[in-house]
Amino acid sequence: MGSSITQQIFQQLVNGLSLGSIYALIALGYTMVYGIVKLINFAHGDVMMVGAYSGWFAITVFHMSFLPALLFAMVACAILGVLIERIAYKPIRNASRIAALITAIGISLFLEYGGMLVLTAQVRTYPDVFPETIYSVYGVIFKYGDIVMLLTSVVLMGLLHFTIQYTKMGKAMRAVSFDKDAALLMGIDINNIISLTFAIGSALAAAAGVLMGVYFNTIDPLMGLIPGLKAFVAAVLGGIGIIPGAMVGGLMLGLVESIVSGLGASTWRDAVAFLILILVLIIKPSGLFGKNVREKV
Amino acid sequence: MRNWFNRQNLVALLGIGLLYAIVQGMIVLDIMPPYYKLTLILICIYIILSTSLNLINGVTGQFSVGHAGFMAIGAYISAIVTAINHGPLLLGILAGAIVSALAGILVGLPTLRLKGDYLAIATLGFGEIVRIIFLNTEYVGGAAGFTLPSKITWTWAFGLMVISVVLMKNFVASTHGRACISIRENEIAAESMGVNTTKYKVMAFTMGAFFAGVAGAIYANYMYIIQPMTFSFLKSFDILVMVVLGGLGSMTGGILGAIAMTVVYAVLASFPEWRLVITAVMLIVMMIYRPTGIMGTKEFSLSFLGKKGDKNAASKN
Repeated sequence: MGSSITQQIFQQLVNGLSLGSIYALIALGYTMVYGIVKLINFAHGDVMMVGAYSGWFAITVFHMSFLPALLFAMVACAILGVLIERIAYKPIRNASRIAALITAIGISLFLEYGGMLVLTAQVRTYPDVFPETIYSVYGVIFKYGDIVMLLTSVVLMGLLHFTIQYTKMGKAMRAVSFDKDAALLMGIDINNIISLTFAIGSALAAAAGVLMGVYFNTIDPLMGLIPGLKAFVAAVLGGIGIIPGAMVGGLMLGLVESIVSGLGASTWRDAVAFLILILVLIIKPSGLFGKNVREKV
Repeated sequence: MRNWFNRQNLVALLGIGLLYAIVQGMIVLDIMPPYYKLTLILICIYIILSTSLNLINGVTGQFSVGHAGFMAIGAYISAIVTAINHGPLLLGILAGAIVSALAGILVGLPTLRLKGDYLAIATLGFGEIVRIIFLNTEYVGGAAGFTLPSKITWTWAFGLMVISVVLMKNFVASTHGRACISIRENEIAAESMGVNTTKYKVMAFTMGAFFAGVAGAIYANYMYIIQPMTFSFLKSFDILVMVVLGGLGSMTGGILGAIAMTVVYAVLASFPEWRLVITAVMLIVMMIYRPTGIMGTKEFSLSFLGKKGDKNAASKN
């Protein structure tokens, strides 16, 4: 042992940031979709699972290296996301919220157990794509994989931020999320923008899935369930519909979880995440970054 | 003064009695295959679960997906009473239901301020927290769960099911039930008409939790073993599917959904993946083509048997 408490704390911070960046990537998809169609895409975690499998497939079957595999998974899931939106969500866009929620649950179940049928319930081991290099700074251990993960997430989030703030597509997305009807009147093709949102969100989830596979080494068809829910917690924590909120919420949740694990209560980790969710919902439902919106009658 | 012994009630009573007698007869004569008996008792359990969830989701229009959490509380508390402390079965069931109802109040008071999606997620989170608490409690066996004698017979399961359904059905037809329906139809309008929405939401939530506790208690005392895994949110989804299939807001629809899904599950029991894939596709297709479920908010009733002067619940289109 011999490691001091400060070292322990910093080590947990590193672990927390790695995990948190994955949550943040998934949470971004939740938040973007919610911002635009006001739908909790329950299937988002399962899209991440499909992403993890696509990455695994690309690496083991096509012998791709990490980056091409990541891109492959992202493209595959972008297509999947658009398909889900067109087939299941579009027909019920104007139906009640409950119908939308139930459909999302249906798609989630479909992906999970369809995945079980096709891929079998067997747990697959992710191939090692990174060298086992370990950097030690003042006794705090950084794995090569940790660094790549953090970098990948930061780059992706940067790209997303750029797309949304400075491109025409991004402007259109912001317009649709602000006021759908007004955007339509301004000549924005809403259907395309919604599909685009699903594509981007799903691609980010796929990246998270590949990173998750690399981080935890194993993947299985039900792997998306709990991270998906936790990413939702992260999105709510930051303020659902708000993109920087999702990033911060994801990182915070990752940190909290690694602190709880570091205190030796790892079996309570999930309970703490949900407790945070309920507390946020009760105390400030609009999230850390959200503004209170008064409901009009 | 209402006439309790009208033709409708008598026919219903006769039907229920006949159903009970046939099954009980087959069990006594030992010509009922054990698997069928299991399915029948599961149907009773799921009918209680789906009608009680219907009370929250369908009648009051609040969206809860944490029903497995209440079921778990009922199951574990009753198991602690009957198996660990060797209490009588009825006491176990009552204790499970009451603790579950208390949990319902505890969860309902703060979370029912939330609406729609947020409420759904909060209740889902609650269900998972309950499961994790039992998972980490060594007193009740932790992850491995614990075994208990099977004391529930067909008589118990069927009797409790009938009592629960009648109580819930009467609740919906009462003043309080009407208030709950008004919240579903338009919360703001209901409030401006003087309906204390918070009170009725918590009331419906607590009642739903109570009966989920009853169902959980029956489950625990029939199944020989209870494990935290049983009460994961997949169970909540199962119950939700039954309610949605039958028709949100229709008590008889919920019963129909419970029977249909339990039978489907029993038939597909050896193909668990197919079972869920089929469930999922059914949910999606139904939401697109018939989002109201089989019955919508209509009730099946025996009013066609005709009798005078009764304003039946079903007459509300």
